[in-house]
Amino acid sequence: MTRIGRLPILFVALLLVSAGSLLIGRYPIPLSALGAAVSGANPLLHALLVHVRLPEILAAVMVGAALSVSGSTFQALFMNPLVSPSILGVLSGAAFGAALGIVLGLPWGLAQVISFGFGLLAVLVALFISRLYPVNPVLMLVLGGIISGALFTALLTMVQYLANPYTQLPTIVYWLMGNLSGVRLSELRIMAIPILLAVLALTAFGKTMNVLSMGDEEAHALGVSVHWARIWIIVIATIASALTVSLAGMIGWVGLIVPHIARFMVGPDNRLLIPASALMGGLFLVIADDISRTVFPVEIPLGVVTDLVGIIAFVLVLHRLRKGWKA
Amino acid sequence: MNLSASQLAYAYGRRTVLENISLEIRPGESVALLGANGSGKSTLIRLLLGIIQPLSGEIRIDDIPLSALTSRERARRLAYVPQDHGAVFPFLVQDVVLMGRMPHQSWLGGARAHDRAEMEKALERLGIADLARRSYTELSGGQRQLVLIARALAQEAPILILDEPVTGLDYGNQHRLMAQIQDLARSGFAVLQSSHYPEHALAAATRVILLKDGRVLADGPAESVICPDHMRALYGVDIEFVDLGDGRRVLVPTANQKLPLVV
Repeated sequence: MTRIGRLPILFVALLLVSAGSLLIGRYPIPLSALGAAVSGANPLLHALLVHVRLPEILAAVMVGAALSVSGSTFQALFMNPLVSPSILGVLSGAAFGAALGIVLGLPWGLAQVISFGFGLLAVLVALFISRLYPVNPVLMLVLGGIISGALFTALLTMVQYLANPYTQLPTIVYWLMGNLSGVRLSELRIMAIPILLAVLALTAFGKTMNVLSMGDEEAHALGVSVHWARIWIIVIATIASALTVSLAGMIGWVGLIVPHIARFMVGPDNRLLIPASALMGGLFLVIADDISRTVFPVEIPLGVVTDLVGIIAFVLVLHRLRKGWKA
Repeated sequence: MNLSASQLAYAYGRRTVLENISLEIRPGESVALLGANGSGKSTLIRLLLGIIQPLSGEIRIDDIPLSALTSRERARRLAYVPQDHGAVFPFLVQDVVLMGRMPHQSWLGGARAHDRAEMEKALERLGIADLARRSYTELSGGQRQLVLIARALAQEAPILILDEPVTGLDYGNQHRLMAQIQDLARSGFAVLQSSHYPEHALAAATRVILLKDGRVLADGPAESVICPDHMRALYGVDIEFVDLGDGRRVLVPTANQKLPLVV
């Protein structure tokens, strides 16, 4: 089968798994009651379906897609398949922003905006540091990201220390574990558009990313304005990953693992890899979320599940690393 | 198209690495750029490619200053073959070569029939058409270098700049690659390659430019520029020429000389 032919298959798989996931959880919806749940004839099941399950699954698709797409993007940009969306400090920044919002007692919507803002700020700090010594831009960006990430992690620890240990601290810690339950449709409506635009824009940058992944000097010689292309791509991928943190907290490993699975399916061409990562990332997180809802009597945080699943997947990926990422 | 540079100077901070560099590469010429480690070869290549800007002086392609061209316009005139390198992601060879078509395509546009034709032509010209559907990451160093040259050919740029194209290749591949590069120059490309091998320059280059401490030490036909005095000045090694009797000369280091290690 051609590689592009696998995209529709992934899409159908995502639709089917998402639809099936609506029915499972602590309170399963039997197929026989599905009609009543959809129509509202059974108000309880209707509420469960529309106000609990649907937002959670839509959020899983969006967060999984956004994290995976930014993971693929950063891996191409840094010419390193072990890079994750956290490379430039965006996740640390957004985590600090959200914790700050919680400690200041702001309404959750405002805390989310602050979280997003600090995610962007953290990447700006990394970009600024990299410009201080612009000899090897890629290496300096990595160092800038390490510094920026460490800075905001330190600030996050400080905020946690200052937080009220009985009310605010548990909220922060629980939120940092990464969670999709309690997501509202109204939030999703705001975030769906930028995430979708980011996926489309990064797909459009696919050809440029292919060339950038061969190295700066070659990209330059092939007619790419390396500096500006890289900044645009970083900004778009940062927006996507910062949004996931303000929506769902820290969801680990997805952005590192899914690009490998997607690359295995469609190859390294970013014009295919980016949309494939989006679909595969959605699928991955919907399934991880199903596990978090069903395996234990209580819903365990999604971030814990992705950590566990991610670690297993990573061991399998390491096996492939040894063979040199052949596709 | 001619690539010319006049009075180029460049410095990293306060350390001057290139000074008063003037040169010209014409179609049909295969020019070798020789110099010791740290003589400024790589910096000169980066300047000629427009990756870094000279402190003073100017680079022109025909009569147009390099800095006046857009990235795409420049890429349609000037192609670059980097030193052999592995790639991280397993692109197919045909996709790597198609990247050379980028300056001819729109930002979003994919490869059209014409682009594919140029890709196939480039692969065939270098005799590696059978590699088209192999993964770039599983090729040998010599094959990878040929793929990168094919990419430069697909770029349809009349000027080729190669950075130490044979470094790291085995003996046979070095000579095969030198022959390919010589062919390209004969067919009308303007070729500049940096090299660590005066023997190769003597055998294959129509002209040689010697770079020492950021200045041009000599610029002229290989037979006259590559001489014992220049080689001693460039590398600190005494050499002798051996005439093979058929018009060819080879150079060998003089026996039993004391060679302190200079890095």
